[in-house]
This record gives sequence, structure tokens and C-alpha cells, in this order.
Amino acid sequence: MNTVIVLLDAPEPWQIGFQDSATPGFEGIVALHDSILFYLVLILVSVFWILFAIINNFNSTKSGITYKYLNHGTLLELIWTITPALVLIAIAFPSFKLLYTLDEVIDPSLTIKVTGHQWYWSYEYSDMLAENGESIEFESYMVPESDLEEGQLRLLAVDSNLIVPVNTHIRFIVTSTDVIHDFAVPSLGLKIDATPGRLNQTSALIERAGIFYGQCSEICGVWHGFMPIVVEAVEVSDFFAWVDSN
Amino acid sequence: MSADAKAQEQPVKRVLQTVGFDARFPNQNQTKHCFQSYIDYHKCINAKGEDFAPCKQFSRAYKSLCPNDWISRFDEQREAGTFPASLEP
Repeated sequence: MNTVIVLLDAPEPWQIGFQDSATPGFEGIVALHDSILFYLVLILVSVFWILFAIINNFNSTKSGITYKYLNHGTLLELIWTITPALVLIAIAFPSFKLLYTLDEVIDPSLTIKVTGHQWYWSYEYSDMLAENGESIEFESYMVPESDLEEGQLRLLAVDSNLIVPVNTHIRFIVTSTDVIHDFAVPSLGLKIDATPGRLNQTSALIERAGIFYGQCSEICGVWHGFMPIVVEAVEVSDFFAWVDSN
Repeated sequence: MSADAKAQEQPVKRVLQTVGFDARFPNQNQTKHCFQSYIDYHKCINAKGEDFAPCKQFSRAYKSLCPNDWISRFDEQREAGTFPASLEP
């Protein structure tokens, strides 16, 4: 399983777009972003059109103002009041729809407990208890620059990846032991605070195998930038093989 | 190793199963789901005994949801009599 390492789902230098999506949740987020961007461009163009038209047509040497007694225009006011309201509705409703859809965790098959620490992540799998009743538990530390091997990503590689099965509804229970951290993996559409004393739930359905990189996304102390997250999605049979080997 | 060889090696049917949705805890915050499952399990075994199979459902729930640190802390509190909820059936 560890012989083939594909480093696709990692950020690139100077990247401005999204990483490739691996879950339906992130597809939804990208779709919402794109549809909001449509309104954003529309508003940007019309505002700048009006701005430059006014600068061009009504400057100090050239003034087209003839409506000396115009101080009220009901139709114009209705247009500039109702249009932004419609735009806000067109943005808000799909946004709520996505928000509440992402919040649903109806029928998960696997629960993984994620705990943030200063400054590393630890993971627990307790659904498949071993004979002695012990769950799979491990800690995941960043690989320091001096120990990096060929092909490993600086500030992103960790010593133990979070192994998860593909095409499986996974529930993540996220918490912390010290300060607030944030469990974030862009390709999976995950970003959820790890708060001490509280268990936050989120979910992912990973649609393809791969290695997905994320970072702590809540400033949590001096080594906040050195506690990356690596999710390795493998086929279900490989996942069971991994479970048995632990 | 081919997929066939693997299937022969592991004829055991494996099931991925975890605690499902609970209408009492529909929110992102699942803290109470863990805590209540822990209470329910101990109320259950106090009433019916450790071997009563239906109690296992609660134990699976709290073991899947509660961080292991929390479980050991709950256990210590229970033994010291300082657990902050009644476990009487």
C-alpha cells in the first residue's frame, strides 16, 4: 500500500484556484463559489460602468446636467432597492442549502476521532475494537525538514497518515486537548474547529484514492504552521488490511 | 498480490459499522451524544447486568464517539464517585 505514493492533492506554489475536489461536499462548495462569482462580476462591471460613465460625461468642463428640479425618481429608487435584494436572495439561498446539506451526517459507516494537540494531531478508530478491546490510536507529527525523503513535501508530510477507505461515509469527531485548533483538508471540503471540551462532527465521502493534504487552520501557538494533516484514501480492502496490521 | 489471492486469504466478511444518526443530537455539536451514551450504558448495566446484550449498543455508541481520554476520565470519576450525573437505573 505504501509503495505507490502519489502526491497529487497538495497545494502548488502561487496557486490561486482550488485544489481538485475528492468529495461531493467540496464539489458543492466550488459550485457555490462559482455561482457567487457570477453575481460578483456582474456587480463589479455595472458599478464600474456607471462610475466611468459619470466621470466621462459629467466632469468640470463637460456637464450634461439638465434636470435642475429632479429630486425624486420612484422607478429608479425601486430598481436600485429591489435588485440588490434579489441578488442577496440569489446568493443566500444556495448558500444556506449547501450549509445545511454539509451539516447532515445521516448514515456514516466509520467514525474517526481527531484530536488536536500543541502541535500535532492524533487519531482514534474505535469502531473496530481489537480482541483486547483496544482501539487503533496514533499520533501524526510533521516530518522535519532534515528528515525529508525524496518526493516528500516540506511542511506537509507527516510520519503517520490518516488512512481512510474510499466510497465510505466517514464521520469525523473533532476535538482538542489544549487550545482551539482547526482540522482542514481543502480537497475533501473539510474545515472544522477542534475545540477543547467539545466534540464537533463533520463528514466526508471520498470518491477517489489519493493523498490529501491539509493544515491546522486556527492559530494555536508557535508551531501552528507545523502540524499538517495527511489523509490517505485507500480501497476498502486495503483499509481492512491496514486495520488488521495495527 | 492479486485481488483473488487477497479474497482467498480473507474469506471473513467485514462490516464497516458505526453509531448512526440520533434525532436527539442533530447538530454539529456531538458532546452530549457521547456523554449521554456513556450514561445510558452504565444505567443499562446497572439495571440489567454487564452481559445484557442490548446494553452493547450504548457501549458501541460511546466508544465510537468519545475520545479515549474522555472515557478513561469518566471511568476514574465513576470509580471515585465524582461522576457528574446519576447512573442509577
